[in-house]
Amino acid sequence: MTPLVQIHNLLVRRGEHPALQLEHLAIQNGEVLAVVGPNGAGKSTLLLTLARLLKPERGEIQFNGTQASAESDTDYRRRIGLVMQDPLLFDMTVFENVASGLKFRGINKDEIRNKVPLWLERLGVGHLAKRRANQLSGGEAQRVSLARALILEPKLLLLDEPFSALDPPTRSHLLDDLGTLLKETATTTVFVTHDLPEAAQLATRIAVIVSNRLRQVSSPNEVFNSPVDEDVSRFVNHKVRRNGNGAA
Amino acid sequence: MNIEILQITLLSLQISAIATGLSLIIGLPFGTLLALGKFPGRSFLLSLVNTGMGLPPVVVGLFVAMMLWRSGPLGDLRLIYTPTAIIIAQVVISFPVVTGLTAASLQALDPRLILQLYGLGASRIQMIWMLWREARLPLLAALMAGFGSVISEVGASMMVGGNIRYQTRVLTTAIVLETSKGEFDKAIGLAVLLLVITFLINWALTWIQQRGVRK
Repeated sequence: MTPLVQIHNLLVRRGEHPALQLEHLAIQNGEVLAVVGPNGAGKSTLLLTLARLLKPERGEIQFNGTQASAESDTDYRRRIGLVMQDPLLFDMTVFENVASGLKFRGINKDEIRNKVPLWLERLGVGHLAKRRANQLSGGEAQRVSLARALILEPKLLLLDEPFSALDPPTRSHLLDDLGTLLKETATTTVFVTHDLPEAAQLATRIAVIVSNRLRQVSSPNEVFNSPVDEDVSRFVNHKVRRNGNGAA
Repeated sequence: MNIEILQITLLSLQISAIATGLSLIIGLPFGTLLALGKFPGRSFLLSLVNTGMGLPPVVVGLFVAMMLWRSGPLGDLRLIYTPTAIIIAQVVISFPVVTGLTAASLQALDPRLILQLYGLGASRIQMIWMLWREARLPLLAALMAGFGSVISEVGASMMVGGNIRYQTRVLTTAIVLETSKGEFDKAIGLAVLLLVITFLINWALTWIQQRGVRK
């Protein structure tokens, strides 16, 4: 089966320095790929490049078997969903926030009225539909942000450390709910995190980026038990020691 | 109310409303370009606009008068001492105010908002529209500042309008005239009228603005 996304020979610069170099990466349909690595390794750069919010200096990204650059940025982005570290909700009601991506796509009002409550319920925030975004707690806001992306039924969902600003109980609940939703919808997801247990819980495979290079892509077990090199081993062991448990 | 005062008041409002509207039409896109654009000379243009926010109206009046003077480059248009001349001068005064405050309002937003909007599939125009919506409170303040800079302005209106009775006399120039004649009662009456009108308009705009304040 053709992977949903294939990346070849990618080089992305941010300023003078290479922010990400990647020989090859294939993202399979329906999988959740967690991208882990130390701060500044290039994880978010990969995500922003996949969202075509950063232009690579060289390389090729194929989406569904066709060259991604063959279509306009807007057309391409309308097949993805992006959730960032901070919810970045707009100064409007929860309902309007979740409807915003559909409005950008010119979806009619009836369909919006039907879909929004459904997705708010699925994320457990149906009762907040009329509330203004600035009146939400951190956990509620991130749930709304996820609903805003998931309602678009994206071919590829991009999550950039969406739980890092949340307290542990809120994070744990949201992680459980998101895991269930992603399984139900079989949404292909790239999930950037620096939290290895979180990655192990949600991901089908883990991609480890160290010093701006992709070092290993394999199952969580393999990453924890058979790191390909010293850098990956050091990163994984350091994280496992810090978390005080065997993440795998 | 005396018919002449009514005519002066309506002309003042008409001129300042048109000038503010034109400033908004020019200043909103230009301020957006300065806030979001990446091109050589952007900082220089922003400095020029910020300097323009404090342009003395008499200096603007002088340059607009030189341009529109019969022997000036635009003399053939025969606009000097017409309401249009006052509108031109007032646009020159207020459009840097609207532009500068628009740029500042948009630059104060979280820059990741643009990435988030694009990530949700917004086109460039939809992205800009959403940013204007997010910055609507400071943008309304920019509109109020633009209006305030022209309704209260006297130097340029006098120089390019000529304070001609029933033609180019506005509230501020009428106040100057009555004061110069020693008619302080009339001058005070006109001043109070100007203050009340300015207050009512800003009150309405503030009401609109505060409806959208985060509660």
